[in-house]
Amino acid sequence: MPSLKQLAKRKEKFVSGHRLCAGCGAGIIARQVMLAIDKPVIAANATGCLEVASTIFPYSSWIIPWVHSAFENAAATISGVETAYRSLKKQGKINIDDVVFVAFGGDGGTYDIGLQALSGAAERGHKVLYVCYDNQAYMNTGIQRSSATPMGAHTTTSPAGKVIPGKIQWSKNLPEIMVAHGIPYVATSIPGKWNDLINKVEKAISFNGFTFIDVLSPCRLGWPHDPKLTLEISRLAADTCIWPLYEVAEGKYRLTYKPKEKKPVVEWFKLQRRFSHLLKPENSKLVEEIQKEIDRRWELLLEKCESK
Amino acid sequence: MEKVKNRVAKTANEAFAEAMRQINPDVVAAYPITPATEIVQIFSQFVADGLVDTEFVAVESEHSAMSACIGASAAGARAMTGTSSQGLALMWEMLYIASGLRLPIVMAVVNRALSSPINIHCDHSDTFGARDTGWIQIYSENVQETYDNVFQAVRIAEHPDVKIPALVTTDGFILSHCLETIEMLTDEEVKEFIGTPPERDNLLKSLIEDKPITLGALDLQDYYFEHKRQQAEGMKGALKIIPEIGKEFGDKFGRYYGFFEEYKLDDADVGIVVIGSTAGTAKEVVDEMRKEGKKVGLLKLRVYRPFPAEQLAKALSNLKVVGVMERVEGMAGFVSPLYSEISASLYDYDKKPVLLDFVYGLGGRDIKIEDIKGVFNDLLKTAETGKKEFTLKYVGVRE
Repeated sequence: MPSLKQLAKRKEKFVSGHRLCAGCGAGIIARQVMLAIDKPVIAANATGCLEVASTIFPYSSWIIPWVHSAFENAAATISGVETAYRSLKKQGKINIDDVVFVAFGGDGGTYDIGLQALSGAAERGHKVLYVCYDNQAYMNTGIQRSSATPMGAHTTTSPAGKVIPGKIQWSKNLPEIMVAHGIPYVATSIPGKWNDLINKVEKAISFNGFTFIDVLSPCRLGWPHDPKLTLEISRLAADTCIWPLYEVAEGKYRLTYKPKEKKPVVEWFKLQRRFSHLLKPENSKLVEEIQKEIDRRWELLLEKCESK
Repeated sequence: MEKVKNRVAKTANEAFAEAMRQINPDVVAAYPITPATEIVQIFSQFVADGLVDTEFVAVESEHSAMSACIGASAAGARAMTGTSSQGLALMWEMLYIASGLRLPIVMAVVNRALSSPINIHCDHSDTFGARDTGWIQIYSENVQETYDNVFQAVRIAEHPDVKIPALVTTDGFILSHCLETIEMLTDEEVKEFIGTPPERDNLLKSLIEDKPITLGALDLQDYYFEHKRQQAEGMKGALKIIPEIGKEFGDKFGRYYGFFEEYKLDDADVGIVVIGSTAGTAKEVVDEMRKEGKKVGLLKLRVYRPFPAEQLAKALSNLKVVGVMERVEGMAGFVSPLYSEISASLYDYDKKPVLLDFVYGLGGRDIKIEDIKGVFNDLLKTAETGKKEFTLKYVGVRE
């Protein structure tokens, strides 16, 4: 793995000038992922914040070949790009080796509307790294709940009201769904631990097949939080075990970060207004329930990682 | 020079697959659907047997089939797919994106009625529904035309003045599953005719040349309109290129193609406009009625997009009455789409025929010789009386 000094010397592939919010996790993630790939690379992007904010014609933040077609199909689009490469290379029509193919999608374009295309591409085994920048709701359209939105979170379509305390369902465990596809590499990460993410991207692209990294992407507008806290909030998600950092390489689970001291989930809630209603006394039971479920999932993961 | 005739019996599905084998596209991404399934089935076997260089992507839906074709074409590959009916409907969103990105993808479509009610047989509601998606649409009367049209579609779509995706259709079951003796080109002839694709910007080229491109950017109020205007120009380019390619094909292989075929239309009083396999039956009717001294003719429309309005108007303006036969109900509470467009084509002419609309054959309902005779008799009667008694008539339906 490259040192920070070495990374800093690499040519940037995702550059400033984009119109993402100050403190947006997605831009930081895109930059880190692209820095980690020290090879010729082509990216596809699902419709979403990252796409609309980084490629407003005639400008582009991408210093690599980049394609966007629609919302639900980044995995299918990159499948086509990767297949074209294999075909043209096999036929001797192009001469370039070791090209990396990456797809970016938000949680809406990945967990929800893009799940079918994602599953198809994974099953077919295209040599593609799919990165989900997971801000846990449809942020680009104005903060609507997705299947990645956590229990209790307020969004504009799961509002905290007088009788319903925000989203009343648990989030979908997409990394596990991807593990079930039997693909060579699945991982979670956060932008707040750059070495974790860089390492995982490097590892992912070393496999000959479809790989998937789910990166928690704090959204200062939708969660909302103080924009200067983006990285800290992402680290706190790992420290509360709300977003455990782990990888599954060829079926083998490994915890890549174990908090020295597991913090209570309310610590994470406190920094985001989408959970503010949960801090009221009448919702203390729900917070307890959430804590219990987070604990249960964490224990389960530890068992899988044989890390107990 | 005498050509070696390669005459073989093929269904339209087989002809589509054979044409694809001879084109040898870099990427095919497709999904099964009745009655087009055979195309990908046969083609997969070609791939499995190493008869093509193509990488075949067995996608999980038609939406992904078109998405993967878009990705492949954007990367610089010659990409093809095939589908029908609901499959085409599922692709809808991506059809617009393929054309908006100016990707010369070629698609084989087997015409089948759209649900609901679910039905697997022929009508043109699927491709007619896609008429505004910015794809070139070429229809076929028989298996030979289906086969010939595919090669021309590749040339038209890829032409630098066009750069518009193209679909070639055949009638579901009537042609897709019907054996017909056709004359196949040799693999060499196809290779020579389609040539290597003209150079265009693409992802892999930009990677190799280290001049990265961003494709599919967000256009706001300041650029969207200009890009759409350019796209419209590409469709106009197709109006110029289609007859050129049709003539080149004819000069090389003896079968000439234009926007449409006129059959005994020159001296006719009345004529029908018809698309697809029904033209074959209708020609028989024209012949029979001509023997009875009735001056009837027909125009078989081959190219529906771009719409050859000017050429059509010229061909039809001298007739007294024209019947537009459509295998689609536009659900406009008015006439069907082809009638509207032919009507619009003729509007500016002082001398123009009376137009009547005939909707027939929905969901594969058979169109019989007597049905078409009935249509001609309606036209002849209208010509005689000079009175338009109806605008739209359903042919062959139980009222």
